[in-house]
Amino acid sequence: MTEKLLEVKNLKQYFNIGKPKEVRAVDDISFDIYKGETLGLVGESGCGKSTTGRTLIRLYNATGGEVLYDGVNVHGKKSGKELKEFNQKMQMIFQDPYASLNPRMKISDIIAEGIDIHGLAKSPKERLEKVYKLLETVGLNKEHANRYPHEFSGGQRQRIGIARALAVEPEFIIADEPISALDVSIQAQVVNLLKKLQKERELTYLFIAHDLSMVKYISDRIGVMYFGKLVELAPADDLYRNPVHPYTQSLLSAIPLPDPEYERSRKRKAYRPDIHQYEDGEDVRMREISPGHFVNCSEKEFEQYKANYNHKK
Amino acid sequence: MKKLLEVKDLHISFHTFAGEVQAIRGVDFDLHEGETLAIVGESGSGKSVTTKSIMRLLPQGNSEIKSGEILFNGENLATASEKKMQKIRGKDISMIFQDPMTSLNPTMTIGKQIMEPLIKHRNLGKKEATERTIKLLDLVGIPKPETRLKQYPHQFSGGMRQRVVIAIALACAPKVLIADEPTTALDVTIQGQILDLMKDLQKKIETSIIFITHDLGVVANVADRVAVMYGGKIVEVGTVDEIFYNPQHPYTWGLISSMPSLDSQDEELFVIPGTPPDLLHPPKGDAFAPRNPYAMKIDKEEQPPMFKVSDTHYAATWLLHPDAPKVEPPLAVQERQAKFHASIKGDK
Ligand SMILES: Nc1ncnc2c1ncn2[C@@H]1O[C@H](COP(=O)(O)OP(=O)(O)OP(=O)(O)O)[C@@H](O)[C@H]1O
Ligand SMILES: Nc1ncnc2c1ncn2[C@@H]1O[C@H](COP(=O)(O)OP(=O)(O)OP(=O)(O)O)[C@@H](O)[C@H]1O
Ligand code: SF4
Ligand SMILES: [Mg+2]
Ligand SMILES: [Mg+2]
Repeated sequence: MTEKLLEVKNLKQYFNIGKPKEVRAVDDISFDIYKGETLGLVGESGCGKSTTGRTLIRLYNATGGEVLYDGVNVHGKKSGKELKEFNQKMQMIFQDPYASLNPRMKISDIIAEGIDIHGLAKSPKERLEKVYKLLETVGLNKEHANRYPHEFSGGQRQRIGIARALAVEPEFIIADEPISALDVSIQAQVVNLLKKLQKERELTYLFIAHDLSMVKYISDRIGVMYFGKLVELAPADDLYRNPVHPYTQSLLSAIPLPDPEYERSRKRKAYRPDIHQYEDGEDVRMREISPGHFVNCSEKEFEQYKANYNHKK
Repeated sequence: MKKLLEVKDLHISFHTFAGEVQAIRGVDFDLHEGETLAIVGESGSGKSVTTKSIMRLLPQGNSEIKSGEILFNGENLATASEKKMQKIRGKDISMIFQDPMTSLNPTMTIGKQIMEPLIKHRNLGKKEATERTIKLLDLVGIPKPETRLKQYPHQFSGGMRQRVVIAIALACAPKVLIADEPTTALDVTIQGQILDLMKDLQKKIETSIIFITHDLGVVANVADRVAVMYGGKIVEVGTVDEIFYNPQHPYTWGLISSMPSLDSQDEELFVIPGTPPDLLHPPKGDAFAPRNPYAMKIDKEEQPPMFKVSDTHYAATWLLHPDAPKVEPPLAVQERQAKFHASIKGDK
């Protein structure tokens, strides 16, 4: 698992550039995604996770920086054929199950859209069989194929979105909160499914979510974002055992656990960005605190973090 | 504790091209004064439809309350007139919807959206309404409320927008607040702040809350009691401790076994086998039977009644019938039950 599938270099995505309400949604982040791994992405609501995903898949033109997929720049000029290839290789499962399904289309046609575009079924019969199989895979049944999106609950719609993404047999899937609208059993079903498909087909995932127990379970590595920046990136176990950045610590202290007794005495740790006290021009960047574990910090903080980190071991 | 709201044998259907979808098939529950009742359950099991029916906000045209009662203040809301409902909505009962982005009007300032119900239901003048709005924004933790109330929703982050939605829902100090997945779209730190805020406000204005969520960690944090829904029915109800440490219904067992813990590693997560019931053709027996490894012959024939476990705890499963064989629940549940029995012994 050392071959890079995706290289993200100094990626920036700003909105309303030059206007008073300019937003630096993604502000100079760099990371790699290896073939066959799951990279989890967590962080405060509004910190830029979805924007990162959308920029990777070319829904936005990047304001700055580069995204290389298998060594090829995703954002450069492309022929129609190249675009179609990219579109089949990279799929996104969207956060909002309400807005992402066309209300006028039958479920079977929504799911089969990609199958049709990429010619993946040889006959109408095969197409329908694929649709049934996909419905079953995501925990729905055949009877649902002829209905329309408004007839489904929030969770059911999200499963339709997942079936649609899986239909074109992609290599890389960006899953933007794919399970937060689902009940826990179906969450487990979808996560098992994503893991199984990953093993069988060497799929690569960028998995964006708020449910930190699930992110830990599914991810090999996890990146933590805060206000457009990546503040920590580490192997999943290491991040949970040794969170270094104070924002990560605050986030982990707030995970609600299914244990009423524990919740009655729960203490959360607050994060105040002003504790950093960075000086103007201070060199704040990602530094490697142990193999594969990076923290965004100044030189001075790095020394402190290292001292504490070693103590814990 | 006094009952504030009583839902009795509620049946709701949707008329679709494919036929009649029997979405709610006999739901009963009470909401007590000052409590938080969490509703959990499979997606599509009818949580949103049940609570929307209390507000009478089901889509007009294809939905129908077939039978049952929704008693609030001696009045049956299931048959109340639209005029009556307009007086109740937002004033006595208010709702935070599952989809936070669509519940604010993008073209209206935040201030105006909060003031509207105050002017309409409480007959406040403009000045008083503004003052009260500033207080409310302050209460839900929005800094500099005087300037913020002149801004529009897109100038607020997701977490702040959700607090505004909560401020609107609480504007008239309702007796019942229905919150449908109010924190699902938020990160755990902001979620934590909002849960604390709701609990705090609940104490101050003595609101009863119906809280719908899939996140059992959140349920453990906020709920006094929990109702578990499956296939258009409530299949188990009890105090939060009874449901988490001594669950009785095989569907509840399935839910509890499906969650990863923070130390789950490579093993597959437990999944409830099979698919949800087709509510176009609901089964004759127990809707959960085809997916239930513990199912008996009677389950395919007859729907189980609610069996009493304690004064506060009921579950609809034939396993609680005196003649049923004893079965071993899944390991994750046994561990929880052991803890429960230990704590009962400890109390004595
Ligand atoms: N099209 C847009 N125009 C202007 N601002 C935008 C746009 N899309 C996103 N933003 C802003 O960029 C920031 C990052 O948004 P993004 O949706 O990426 O956050 P997120 O981390 O996915 O949050 P959540 O967890 O709530 O989904 C936010 O401040 C948001 O308001
Ligand atoms: N407008 C409608 N037309 C037809 N069927 C509907 C309609 N609205 C809801 N349903 C059906 O009613 C059932 C209950 O839906 P509901 O939205 O209450 O589920 P839920 O428990 O809130 O699920 P989720 O957790 O996914 O939000 C589902 O089977 C759904 O398909
Ligand atoms: S009544 Fe029967 S099928 Fe239903 S949950 Fe109980 S044991 Fe299972
Ligand atoms: Mg997002
Ligand atoms: Mg719902």
